[in-house]
Amino acid sequence: MSYEMWILVIGSLAGISCGITGCFLILRKLSMLADAISHTVLLGIVLAFLISQSMNGFYMLIGATIAGLLTAFFVQLLHSSGIQEDASIGVVFTFLFAVGVILISLFAKDVHLDVDHALMGEITFVPWDLVQLGILPEMPKAFLMLSMVLVINLIIIGLFYKELKITSFDPQMAAAIGIPVLLIHYLLMGMVSMTTVASFDSVGAILVVAMLIAPGAAAYLLTEKLSVMLLLSAGFGVLAAVVGYYVASYFDVSISGCMASVNGVIFALVFLFSPTKGLISKNFSMKKIKIE
Amino acid sequence: MHTVEVENLTVAYQKKPVLTNVNFTVPEGKLIGIIGPNGAGKSTLIKAILGLIPKACGEIKIYGKTYRAKDKIVGYVPQRGSVDWDFPTNALDVVLMGRYGHVGWFKRPGKRDTEIALESLRKVGMEEYANRQISQLSGGQQQRVFLARALAQDALVYFMDEPFVGVDAATERAIIVLLNELKEQGKTVLVVHHDLQTVREYFDHVILLNVNMIAAGPTEEAFTMENLHHTYGGKLAFLNKSQVMVEQK
Repeated sequence: MSYEMWILVIGSLAGISCGITGCFLILRKLSMLADAISHTVLLGIVLAFLISQSMNGFYMLIGATIAGLLTAFFVQLLHSSGIQEDASIGVVFTFLFAVGVILISLFAKDVHLDVDHALMGEITFVPWDLVQLGILPEMPKAFLMLSMVLVINLIIIGLFYKELKITSFDPQMAAAIGIPVLLIHYLLMGMVSMTTVASFDSVGAILVVAMLIAPGAAAYLLTEKLSVMLLLSAGFGVLAAVVGYYVASYFDVSISGCMASVNGVIFALVFLFSPTKGLISKNFSMKKIKIE
Repeated sequence: MHTVEVENLTVAYQKKPVLTNVNFTVPEGKLIGIIGPNGAGKSTLIKAILGLIPKACGEIKIYGKTYRAKDKIVGYVPQRGSVDWDFPTNALDVVLMGRYGHVGWFKRPGKRDTEIALESLRKVGMEEYANRQISQLSGGQQQRVFLARALAQDALVYFMDEPFVGVDAATERAIIVLLNELKEQGKTVLVVHHDLQTVREYFDHVILLNVNMIAAGPTEEAFTMENLHHTYGGKLAFLNKSQVMVEQK
């Protein structure tokens, strides 16, 4: 496959994974937890590197998932002992992220792991970072990771769709009928952590939040069905990746930056023009009510 | 046979007791009102019985056994305000959630579940709204959807948290008719209730709460002026109005 094709495919895979997991974060009002996890996975990656002494993506995936789950766990712990949720998030993630930054500057100065890269990501170089797996042809590492994470995400959502849905809508009722609400919460947090770290190389820790939240937020304004919201959100993720890439190559600017910006633009357009929940249609119907 | 037995129940939030030493038993096939001022621990009582919040001490039994969700004998109607009605789903889908406990892991609700859900919607007079997005329903309609969801659970004991709050008179009547139907089928319904004026009309038994349990028993015996004074303390001006109601009956 050509260089361009790889970037489009990798960006789209990240867009789909982020898009579908992001929907559940939005419905559970946990968008800020995504921000937190996207930072603390840095600590997981650094620790995985220090322990395994390699840049192997799978160790990093595991390390990051554990770090993400720990973040969710500590936030839950502080919150349930009476600290406000946003304050808990703020304290936990800045602390874990800071530890990650210190560890990088102490032990990992000379390797590929630098703070800039972790924060901003660079999809530009991703297609050249190849891996050979069995009899399959050489392929970019990022492609392998993102495909794997997408499959895992789809399996989890497929198996636990109704549990994810009811715990998002009405956790009390879910608990009353014996659904393990906390377990499902951590399952979702695990998905978010994996998705974040797999998208990390391509778009970086900060922009991944845009990919997690913006497509779902836009889809939320367009549909009244959860399944449609998931599909739309995945679609917006792909659209942003593709359009973002061409915008970036046209203006010769950062590809990941463009992908994330296009996500913002899509959201803004939907926010304005959604036929039912858009700003314009809302204003219009308010005027209509006034006239009547 | 007692459907619900609560013995020495105490619940605390961070060392502050919100329910202390609650003792009562509930007979089968009755409507029970849980009455008390704001902050009396009425919702807490229901949540503690359902195991949604931990209890500091005490014993809770439903049909003689410690309650386990998997027994599927309990239906629950949370406060309407406890969920986000902008959630992307429709009325039928919400009612179907009442079947999730019966469906089991890794499976989706089937045709039979959909039939039960539609039947439940019909019982609350909402079948025309099955495909309506839940945010487009009125408060009373949303409450009916919640009730239908509880019906779909096909339980023996129902716990309802303030089902009459913010609903129109027609819905209130419809809910009462439904509760009486459940009662006739031998089901037990516990309802957190605010309006003192309708207590005698609606409920066979009452539980009067204000952190401590003030009284519990058949309405004629327990719903007395004296007990109300104990329950509501110094809020006399408010009580005088309901005093009239109590003494008229």
